[in-house]
Amino acid sequence: MTMSPIQQADQFFVTSQHRFVSYLPAEFQSLTSAILSVIAIVLVFALLFAITTVLERKGLGRIQNRYGPNRVGPAGFFQPLADGVKSLTKEDLVPRTADQMVHFLAPVLLVTAAFLAYAVLPVGRNMVLVNLNAGVLYFFAVGALVELAVFMAGWSSRNKYSLLGAMRAIAQMISYEVPLVLASIVVIMAAGSLSTVSIVDMQASYTGIWPHWFVFTPWGFAGFILFMIAATAESNRSPFDLPEGESEIIAGYYIEYSGFKFALFFLGEYLGMFATSGLAITLFLGGWAAPFSFLTWIPSYLWFFAKLLLLIVIFIWIRGTLPRLRMDQLMSFAWQFMLPMTLFNLFVAGVWHFMPSGIVRWLVCIALLVAPAILLSRSLKQGKKFAVRHYRFAE
Amino acid sequence: MFGEGILKGLAETARNFLGSYVSKKRLTTVQYPEQRLPQIEAYRNFPFLVYDGDDWQQGLRCVSCFICEKECPPKCIIIEKSTDKKPDAVGKLQFYPKVFNIDVSVCMSCQICVEVCPFDAIKMDTDFELSSTDRFSGLLWDKKHLAKSNEHYHKIHPTEAAAVDAQLAAERAKIAAKTKATAEAKPATPTPPANANGAGPNAANQPVPTATEK
Repeated sequence: MTMSPIQQADQFFVTSQHRFVSYLPAEFQSLTSAILSVIAIVLVFALLFAITTVLERKGLGRIQNRYGPNRVGPAGFFQPLADGVKSLTKEDLVPRTADQMVHFLAPVLLVTAAFLAYAVLPVGRNMVLVNLNAGVLYFFAVGALVELAVFMAGWSSRNKYSLLGAMRAIAQMISYEVPLVLASIVVIMAAGSLSTVSIVDMQASYTGIWPHWFVFTPWGFAGFILFMIAATAESNRSPFDLPEGESEIIAGYYIEYSGFKFALFFLGEYLGMFATSGLAITLFLGGWAAPFSFLTWIPSYLWFFAKLLLLIVIFIWIRGTLPRLRMDQLMSFAWQFMLPMTLFNLFVAGVWHFMPSGIVRWLVCIALLVAPAILLSRSLKQGKKFAVRHYRFAE
Repeated sequence: MFGEGILKGLAETARNFLGSYVSKKRLTTVQYPEQRLPQIEAYRNFPFLVYDGDDWQQGLRCVSCFICEKECPPKCIIIEKSTDKKPDAVGKLQFYPKVFNIDVSVCMSCQICVEVCPFDAIKMDTDFELSSTDRFSGLLWDKKHLAKSNEHYHKIHPTEAAAVDAQLAAERAKIAAKTKATAEAKPATPTPPANANGAGPNAANQPVPTATEK
């Protein structure tokens, strides 16, 4: 089989893995190949975590008109190294009354669950660990493990703040899991497959120079926005970061963690964010496909990571802009706005499927999405009277 | 409109983000160890002992009167009086502190010791880089550590130091005049010393006579 240089660059990692594995005896080949892929995923995304922490701190700093970290290495880019050394050398405190075993397992489970989700993310052409025919389902199933880990952390710490934080986190994650899944179902409807690889393959073709990404349809765009909102809430990021609300419950479920376990919680949180962003890219933004047909010569994995970085930047931007929501606002937003909108979106995706293609289909679908969005937000606003709040306390 | 506030907020943060790269005026951060803000004159931190001249032991203004030790709210000053005497800032023979310690881990920078000192011997310093690897003896400052020259005082609080210097000079002149008058009066009639004593009550609010009464 001969490949053009472009294809060679695109398939560089795939072919080099095959070449390395081919030197081994046949019975070790599949195992070694899997281990190599796992090591690659762990290394790349842990490195991305390190880069993101420094980018986030610098970005937030600039948003607040200050420098951010700028001491360690050139322009402060070795800050994660210093942070790593610091968290490794810190004392690892475990409360005496904590459930020692569960307290230890919680961060491990969190990181493991976060890494498991990457198994079905196609980061490039032919670059997926396993092509499950129920890939999206697997992703959400593994994502639900994070909730267990969070509750383990909150419960085992034997601290009222950590328990409150864990309860908040569970309530929030379960509430937003529903719109997250419902928002991604439109893509599964359109693609007719749960396999992440075939979903990306469907989007990797072009009309003229324009790609067939699902985000360039009314239901896909609405689905993408809803998915990203739900993903922000799922990964406990600002403005939905009230499980860790420093002002009221100090740090939420990881209040009793110190040293490297604390760093593991951060790693798990960021890995979850990358994974859901990666799924958003896979479902709506064409995965590893180039945005224009004349840019297909750039290797596919670079496109995936460029899109991932773009989404990360948007996450950081949102975090630097929006204040934290209140618990009731968070819940009412999930159940009174997100859930109806995702259900409407399902209906619109069906309408889109059965209408003949043309400008009429576009107009009908946009109208069907914009009208309920405005009506819903209006009706939610109407119930609110701006007056002095009166609190009722338990007596 | 729907979502307008969020877009406005995003535009504002984007303006801040990009603007911080364009105009240095936005970045108010001072890169501390390399750059420093000019210190404001009213700043104070921990007390120090003022000495005149070059020899810190001879020039120490403190006469070990214990007022500051008694007034100190957290009791961080420890003084031991000497047995012999040496001339103080205005030229009188006074006791001096054999031991003068301040435990800065206890000091709360209230400046009460400075307010009560009748000899302008203790003043507030502005040095803030005081970390020590030994939290016990490293933060118990002795006389030698506390002694700083009058020039240093002039440098950190110029107006205040000038006023103190003027006052001390006036007192010195007065005492010099008094000794001269008594020296002249001894051979002559006893009337001039009465004049000199008459000047005493006028200067009652001055620190030196009050201290000598004690």
